[in-house]
Amino acid sequence: MSARAETGLWLTQRVSAAVLALCVAAHLVTIVLAVQGGLSAAEILGRTRGSAAWAAFYATFVLAAAIHAPIGLRTVARETLGWRGPTLEAAAAAVGVALAAMGWRAVAGLFA
Amino acid sequence: MVPGTLDVALWRGDAGGGAFRRYRVPATARQTVLDIVTWVQRHEDPGLSYRFACRVGMCGTCAMTVNGKPRWTCRTLVGAAARDGKLEVAPLANLPVVKDLACDMTEFFEKWQRAEGRFQPRPGADADFAVVPPDSAARRAADAGIECIGCGVCYAACDVVAWNPDYLGPAALNRAWTLVNDVRDGARERRLRAVAGDAGCHACHSHQSCRQHCPKHLNPTASIASLKRAAAAAALRGEL
Amino acid sequence: MRAAGAASRWPARGHAGFWAFAAHRVSGVALTLFLPAHFWALGQAIRGEAALDGFLHWAERPSVKAAEFALVILLATHLTGGLRLLALEFLPWSDRQKTVLALAAGATLAVALAFLLSLV
Repeated sequence: MSARAETGLWLTQRVSAAVLALCVAAHLVTIVLAVQGGLSAAEILGRTRGSAAWAAFYATFVLAAAIHAPIGLRTVARETLGWRGPTLEAAAAAVGVALAAMGWRAVAGLFA
Repeated sequence: MVPGTLDVALWRGDAGGGAFRRYRVPATARQTVLDIVTWVQRHEDPGLSYRFACRVGMCGTCAMTVNGKPRWTCRTLVGAAARDGKLEVAPLANLPVVKDLACDMTEFFEKWQRAEGRFQPRPGADADFAVVPPDSAARRAADAGIECIGCGVCYAACDVVAWNPDYLGPAALNRAWTLVNDVRDGARERRLRAVAGDAGCHACHSHQSCRQHCPKHLNPTASIASLKRAAAAAALRGEL
Repeated sequence: MRAAGAASRWPARGHAGFWAFAAHRVSGVALTLFLPAHFWALGQAIRGEAALDGFLHWAERPSVKAAEFALVILLATHLTGGLRLLALEFLPWSDRQKTVLALAAGATLAVALAFLLSLV
């Protein structure tokens, strides 16, 4: 990969990391509060159904994760498997697309 | 164990393979590992190959792996390094072996060149003396890293060098950073492009093994982090 | 051929910076494996409330609770390790990096405990 592409990946990874840091912090706080006194589908859906704010938040969360995870996996694959080249890039991109698709499906299910 | 002696294991072999061989060496006060190796070569086995030059911690030639850690053997006291009186000396890791305790430093210095780790004067730089305020941020950044003598200890300590054969390594990148900060240098763009590529500064995961082991107490991790920022800034400005 | 002798693939493990990296990498890979499962489970909601409830009921089991606890630890580890990395790469260098690492470890524990308290 060229210097510009490699640098772009590095920057993207850091930016998505910063976004995830905020999202994860908010998510953890929410979960700790939500599981007080048990958890039910009705409770969850009561919070999430129809809430544009929560939908936007989680859609962003999913996007950041779907960008961050493949870049990390790519590095791990290069260093532990010695995998290089276009097949690696394609595989990483595929992981990202799959994560985004699954994540946004879940968001749709909870907010529709 | 015979009192007054030390049991040491020295790696013997070459590029085709090898193994540790044990020797019994007289123990003396304030012995260094280099003293041990030298004694073996002079009294036990003249065929032992190893490198040294200054013997006083200035040149970095005697760097070897001592009990698993890359160190200058002339500055490593046996008492400090030997666990339970056991000493194991091998050639530096991450580099091909020539023979016994001597490794081939070629790729280390090739990567130095690949990282554009040499001064390239800016056009017109020879017209007059350059005025470089020693307190300027750039000069302080350069000064923090220029004491490197190319001993290879950081390169031997680096996990990423072990996992990625193309990785330029901490010493080459540290040198590149000092040159990026040299106001007399004219190759900044080419250098940033060289260090920001496939096996450059972005491959560093900040283990800080280099900083941990550098006998000159340099901090290549910090230099590499600065290169990452410089490369990002250059990329955003469309200069990369 | 690379130098033989102990640990040439792991030249310098055993110090704090190395363990921080190892924890960060392991937690990252583990989270990437978990994430699709998490999305799938939540996606059950698309099939209606009953399907989600069915899943939540299954998730009450102690083995699942233990896995959830492990997940919170992984998440907190990766987050605090990541923050440490961002600090190393973007903030002026300070010799107190090891202190930052310790704080990261402490924060991880704190979050894990908070979750545990709400689990127990």
